[in-house]
Amino acid sequence: MSDTLFRQEAAEALQRKSAEHQARQASAENGTGGDTNVGGIERLISVTSGSALILYGLSRRSAGGLALASVGGGLLLRGATGHCHVYSKLKISTSDASSKETRGIHIEKSITIGKSPEEVYQFWRNLSNLPRFMDHLKAVDVISETTSHWVAKAPMGGNISWDAEIIVDEPNARIAWRSLPDSDIENAGSVRFVEAPGGRGCEVHVTVQYYPPAGVLGATIAKLFGEEPSIQITDDLRRLKRLLETGEIPTTEGQPHG
Amino acid sequence: MKALCWHGRNDVRIDNVPDPTILNPRDAIIKVTATAICGSDLHLYNAFIPTLMEGDILGHEFMGEVVELGSEVKNLKKGDRVVVPFTIACGQCFFCKKTMWSLCDNSNPNAGMAEKMYGFTPSGLFGYSHLLGGYAGGQAEYVRVPFADVGPYKVPKGLRDDQVLFLTDIFPTGYQAAENCDIQPGDTIAVWGCGPVGLFAMQSAYMLGAERVIAIDRFPERLQMAQQFGGAEVINYEQVDVGSTLKEMTGGRGPDSCIDAVGMEAHGMTLDNLYDKGMQMARIGTDRPHVLRQAIMSCRKGGTVSLPGVYGGLLNMLPIGAAHAKSLTFKMGQTHVHRYLPKLMESIEKGKIDPSAIITHRVPLSDAPEAYAMFKNKTDGCVKVVMTP
Repeated sequence: MSDTLFRQEAAEALQRKSAEHQARQASAENGTGGDTNVGGIERLISVTSGSALILYGLSRRSAGGLALASVGGGLLLRGATGHCHVYSKLKISTSDASSKETRGIHIEKSITIGKSPEEVYQFWRNLSNLPRFMDHLKAVDVISETTSHWVAKAPMGGNISWDAEIIVDEPNARIAWRSLPDSDIENAGSVRFVEAPGGRGCEVHVTVQYYPPAGVLGATIAKLFGEEPSIQITDDLRRLKRLLETGEIPTTEGQPHG
Repeated sequence: MKALCWHGRNDVRIDNVPDPTILNPRDAIIKVTATAICGSDLHLYNAFIPTLMEGDILGHEFMGEVVELGSEVKNLKKGDRVVVPFTIACGQCFFCKKTMWSLCDNSNPNAGMAEKMYGFTPSGLFGYSHLLGGYAGGQAEYVRVPFADVGPYKVPKGLRDDQVLFLTDIFPTGYQAAENCDIQPGDTIAVWGCGPVGLFAMQSAYMLGAERVIAIDRFPERLQMAQQFGGAEVINYEQVDVGSTLKEMTGGRGPDSCIDAVGMEAHGMTLDNLYDKGMQMARIGTDRPHVLRQAIMSCRKGGTVSLPGVYGGLLNMLPIGAAHAKSLTFKMGQTHVHRYLPKLMESIEKGKIDPSAIITHRVPLSDAPEAYAMFKNKTDGCVKVVMTP
């Protein structure tokens, strides 16, 4: 999905969202409603990915394929009706901006790296280093002392990008950032660098909070496509450790395996 | 190049595959001059190790000549003759710095898979499933060696390949098993399994000061080798009761330490699956978990049970009560090969031990499929196969 396309859809979705909001208010007033609990973009994604999963699942001609296809069917229905039973059970609604707190994803991960907090902080503070170990990032361009432009791979081969600003910078101890308004993906995070006991190096504690384009479902879809954020951050931190401790990241890509 | 590739249960073939290339600055390419089949390769051959893929190149006991070097490998040059530890270690993490090389934090590219199964990942290994790195193995003409500035160990002039090849795994593995017993003067060490690792554990026990070694197996040629190469007294477990025989042979005390050089095969990706398959195995009468139980029951109070044999998953009916009541110590794990290389190379150089004595078969790499079948079925008195590409 290209940036422009994404923005266009987002704009359309906002219009729809406003219309849905009015409709829901109306239905709440006359005591009949509450059926639509899935937001506009998310419904679109449900329909598209649901159809894709059905096709893919059926083409597999296996039990696993059938299971995927039935998941796809569920998604399609969810997108078409705007009602999600899971959300309803969990009392989640993504069809209204006021529900942001419930649809955010919060991840905390840590790793110990055999380097001093100073070394790890300095490597991280040079934000253009991040794509060297954060697999989902294509580039981070440093714009000023505190602002930067991030480009990431999105599920299904697209790109998403946003501008971010550093809001806390305690040398050798902590960096915190958040995305600027109008980002494709709202996010905020912090990383703490703590000396590990007994000369074990530096504990890196990362906290990330973000609001994926399609709420909780977005993460589910991402998981299906192998880009689940929690695993992603674990893998990123492991790559950082390896890069800093050994100077390289072990791989077997591009040669016979064993 | 030609390489021995896994295609499924009991199905390995010599395939033509692309030559390996340098991928990272600390890599080297080795032209293999000698390679062996390890007992643990049979776990792969039998398809008991999860995450194998069709076409995987097997082999983790290999040595050869350096033919290509990454830009960061300064301690080797082209033409050097080296033995390569089967455990891949970075040399810079917490564990490597403490010489626990087989626990290297950084060498397994598929660490996430291993963490799911074990909580944490051990080091990557050559040719031993994707769970442990997916690195192409050494039963091939060429092999890529990561962290080549840390692993490969130069062979002194005058030593033949077959004298030093087993430094890559089984000799250090047997040695570590004996070292883990913390042998004191007068100690008797019992060794279950008279395969190559068991045989080296017997020799090593004597090197470390054991008074007596008692070996347990059922194959006559292996028991004979335990007597001749290992200097052991032997017990054929098909003929006598092992526990009471050990007790009688040690004046009622029991062996001071017990080495399980048999191990148990892993059976699946998830823990519950492993458990189920373990139960399945028990129904078809495998005696393997039996070895560990027997070692625990036989060991003297306060002794050590040392496990060089590979365990993969979960154990059923372990007599933990006996282990606790007798204050036993358990020591186990993959071998920290790098730790032992200088010492053991020296023992070979000084003629204290000739590892080549356990070789029963020498074949070209092209005969590897037949050699696997022979080794698995223990036909023709097969104990150790060495292959040349």
